[in-house]
Amino acid sequence: MATIHVDGKQYDVDGADNLLQACLNLGLDIPYFCWHPALGSVGACRQCAVKSFRDENDKMGRIVMSCMTPASNGTYISIDDEEAKAFRATIVEFLMTNHPHDCPVCEEGGHCHLQDMTVMTQHHSRSYRFTKRTHLNQDLGPFIGHEMNRCISCYRCVRYYKDYAGGTDLGVYGSAANVYFGRAEEGTLESEFSGNLTEVCPTGVFTDKTHSERYTRKWDMQYAPSICASCSVGCNVSPGERYGEIRRVENRYHGELNGYFLCDRGRFGYGYTNLKDRPRHPLIDGATVTSDVALGAARGMINGASKVIAIGSPRASVEANYALRTMVGAASFYDGHATQEGELVKLALQIVRDGPVPATTITAMEDADAVLVLGEDITATAPRMALAVRQAARGKGRALADEKKVSDWQAISLADLLQRDSYPVFVASVDSTRLDDIAHATVRAAPEDLARLGFAVANLLDASSPAVAGLDEATAAQAKAIADALAAAKKPLIISGTGAGSTAVMQAAANIAWALKAKNDATGLALTLPEANSYGLAMLEPQPLADALEALASGAADTLVVLENDLYRRAPKAVVDAALAKVKSLIVIDHTATDATARAQVVLPAATVFEGDGTVVNYEGRAQRHFQVYDPKYYDASLAQVESWRWLAVLEAASGWKILDDITGACATAVSGLAGIVDAAPGAAFRIDGLKIAREPHRYSGRTAMRANQAVSEIRQPVDPDTPLSFSMEGYNGVGGLDRPAALMPYAWAPGWNSPQSWNKFQQEIGGHLRGGDPGKLLFAGGATQAYFTDVPAAFTPSGSGSGFRVLPLHLHFGGDELSSRAEPIRERASTAFVAIARADVARAGVNGHATVSVDGELVQLPTFISDTLPAGTVGLPAGFAGVPFVAYGVDATVSGG
Amino acid sequence: MPGYLPPEKRSPLQQLGDILWGVYTQLRTIVMIFSHTFRKRDVIPYPEVKPYMPPRYRGRIVLTRDPDGDERCVACNLCAVACPVGCISLQKTERPEDGRWYPEWFRINFSRCIFCGLCEEACPTTAIQLTPDYELAEYKRQSLVYEKEDLLISGTGKYPDYNFYRVAGMSIEGKPKGAAEKESAPVDIKSLLP
Repeated sequence: MATIHVDGKQYDVDGADNLLQACLNLGLDIPYFCWHPALGSVGACRQCAVKSFRDENDKMGRIVMSCMTPASNGTYISIDDEEAKAFRATIVEFLMTNHPHDCPVCEEGGHCHLQDMTVMTQHHSRSYRFTKRTHLNQDLGPFIGHEMNRCISCYRCVRYYKDYAGGTDLGVYGSAANVYFGRAEEGTLESEFSGNLTEVCPTGVFTDKTHSERYTRKWDMQYAPSICASCSVGCNVSPGERYGEIRRVENRYHGELNGYFLCDRGRFGYGYTNLKDRPRHPLIDGATVTSDVALGAARGMINGASKVIAIGSPRASVEANYALRTMVGAASFYDGHATQEGELVKLALQIVRDGPVPATTITAMEDADAVLVLGEDITATAPRMALAVRQAARGKGRALADEKKVSDWQAISLADLLQRDSYPVFVASVDSTRLDDIAHATVRAAPEDLARLGFAVANLLDASSPAVAGLDEATAAQAKAIADALAAAKKPLIISGTGAGSTAVMQAAANIAWALKAKNDATGLALTLPEANSYGLAMLEPQPLADALEALASGAADTLVVLENDLYRRAPKAVVDAALAKVKSLIVIDHTATDATARAQVVLPAATVFEGDGTVVNYEGRAQRHFQVYDPKYYDASLAQVESWRWLAVLEAASGWKILDDITGACATAVSGLAGIVDAAPGAAFRIDGLKIAREPHRYSGRTAMRANQAVSEIRQPVDPDTPLSFSMEGYNGVGGLDRPAALMPYAWAPGWNSPQSWNKFQQEIGGHLRGGDPGKLLFAGGATQAYFTDVPAAFTPSGSGSGFRVLPLHLHFGGDELSSRAEPIRERASTAFVAIARADVARAGVNGHATVSVDGELVQLPTFISDTLPAGTVGLPAGFAGVPFVAYGVDATVSGG
Repeated sequence: MPGYLPPEKRSPLQQLGDILWGVYTQLRTIVMIFSHTFRKRDVIPYPEVKPYMPPRYRGRIVLTRDPDGDERCVACNLCAVACPVGCISLQKTERPEDGRWYPEWFRINFSRCIFCGLCEEACPTTAIQLTPDYELAEYKRQSLVYEKEDLLISGTGKYPDYNFYRVAGMSIEGKPKGAAEKESAPVDIKSLLP
């Protein structure tokens, strides 16, 4: 703690902060550009100048940069000092000399930090009368627009992209007033986290290209607190809607999960919800019908069935899955994961919920000082974790700075101290990963061998864990190096997950974490999962999918209800075909046109995550609520898509469920593990000052014109009985003495702060937790010490001759996720399907540019990718790609040329 | 009423004065009315003859074109947000051939418009202008919803010279980087000169 005096008033602040951060914490506004809570201080822009005084009697003072000055005890500063104000006004005028006359045609306008700061410093007309320097722009790919003229040279972009996100292809060129931020050559930005540039850049140099196509100003969009559905991390997002389309996804700050940053898949993958060919009307045998007719038909099918079974979905909400389970009964409710994946998720649940090491939050991962990633390419399967692991590696800079008594916000000093050093990161995976560049050592092996390595590491850490028989010397040495680094660490972290498809890999990871936990209480563990609500589904204890398909194929059940699931992604085509061929009635509830909806007799159109309310459970066991962003019926009354749970509540009329709270409450009561989901966010009765919370910013425009082409008499604004949010600008918008609960913050805005920097106004301390607590409710109470897993697998042996190869699923950031891969910009960014084959095996397989791959009797022809990192005897297929067959774990394929 | 006496309480002399005064005012009125026969008339035969309206009169709203004949509106949404009754809505799109921003559609609900002129004041490109045309009566309220086809005129309106893209930094077809007013040629970032 330190006491500082600002403009004659005394405040208690954290002495470890810099003055800028300390003042922002106190709610005092100082304009700034180059400082960012996640990037630290560099003192490049000179905008945050304040006057500093020696003591209370000093009347002269001197100008200092508040971001570069520690908030040490007894500091006397003045923000309102005339000289400091004049200095800041001059600085912003200098920064603006070359700024183009672009605001009306700039995508940043209206949520621009430069606009905010210019208004704050009251600069309104320039004295500069000469020509402005200009720059040529680059095409940076389908995500990011580039307009270098607008640059104010704050260096935030390269500090984020290169230092924070580990990108290599964005740099700064030129000198003096000519500095240029871009790529050496025009081309797509390679980092999977490039989208954050649009929020990091204080002005409109880097803007969201996907948003620009159907551009709407920030104040004109309707928002709701939402959860990203692209992976199991459950990053908080703030999607914006206008005229019945989702226009943009922005980061919604969460102090323990995503912080200030998202991955590109989550940010730019929303396009599937706007697709024209999505089911938006109920269909019977492909023909559009009314909801009543479709429900009647569905009821008839269910009542007339000999036996009804249902398949749930890991991408649907807990409520939807619970409603389905209630309708058919727990014994007839089947897992929406592929059979093996379901087992893996169950195992993960057992490890994380019942084991002694709970899942580590993303923010806590950033503090780890040794990381082992076992069997997972987290940049693809849980991307936000990969960004956190990069911070963990860089975290050594903070430790070095601490030794030298340098504050941790001194970004340049930290980088100088760190040089090329980093905390140890080990990546053991089936193929090269996008984290290899920060890895101290990488291991490439088949899942069995990765598991053996993991078991060996655990054995070295704790001899009571099972030993690995017949370990070769090289692996033993690797295990030793990893075990030593983890044992020496203060906060070791193990990341594994379902990505390798192997229970043994996860068991090995658990053994390591548990062995470490016995010695070091700060041990962290995180297991990635296949989909956004994998835990939510697993906690409803569904029966394995294989049993469902078998029951159908054998005729034991004749009617099938499928919830938000494309079965062809969950089992081999032949198996699904055989099962569906026997089905008398197939009812599919989904928001996306899949091979399953194409075969269904009745399709009930579901709401996407943006169109409905629901609760999902992330990898930590954190239940988080996503809220409906907009009501599609406001623009087109014929649209019928509603949440899956609502369809099921109507089908199961006896349930008596009317609103979300009814079904959430029923689920919490019925399933003890899910009791906490009611606390994920306040219920529908919640009010602030008697008001609902407004989804629209108070300056939302065009309400009396937006649907005047349909009817000039305005209809009533849609009513939301399910949540405490209103489809309107009327309601509580955060301006006032009371905070909105963090789980109900639709968008970031504070008076004078239109840009994402306004999150500063809602945090307990800058860059920390949100006021009132971060959103979500952890469902896992913490487990107890478990016995070590003992099933050490035998080493993988390649078949050596012939055309048989073990197939390994390769996870890619773009293109593998079912929903985002339907979005146009993601499709453009994703690679085409391929088959990866080890260089050593090229001759044996006889491939030449193309290969014919046969998996489970399904033949596909794919271009080959010769890999130097894939283990011999295996081929890699990109998981989840269109045109790539379903691959179960441990399956062999035959590969032949052309 | 102070000083007022009801007629029955007045003296006969006062009553005679009242009669004379009444006759005088009657005659004066008749003279005044008939004098209008020779005066310039106050009423104009609208709609055959239209009254003069100053150019800055705030009537029907139009979207104008720049001196080169292209749409001035860049779909920045500032008019919509300035509108106190929310009667303007539009959608930005971009012309693929030249990169100009323009409204894909632009709608004003004149049945809500209060002709305050804030949209014109907010417009950074002088695209939206209020005109002296006040004849907006309709039998059906729906007819007061104007789309872009109804709003866009072929001229420049009150501001004949302004062309936003000549001062803006964004490049469009025919105006590359560095070609706007008060712009220098693009920086050669490969140059080592200071």
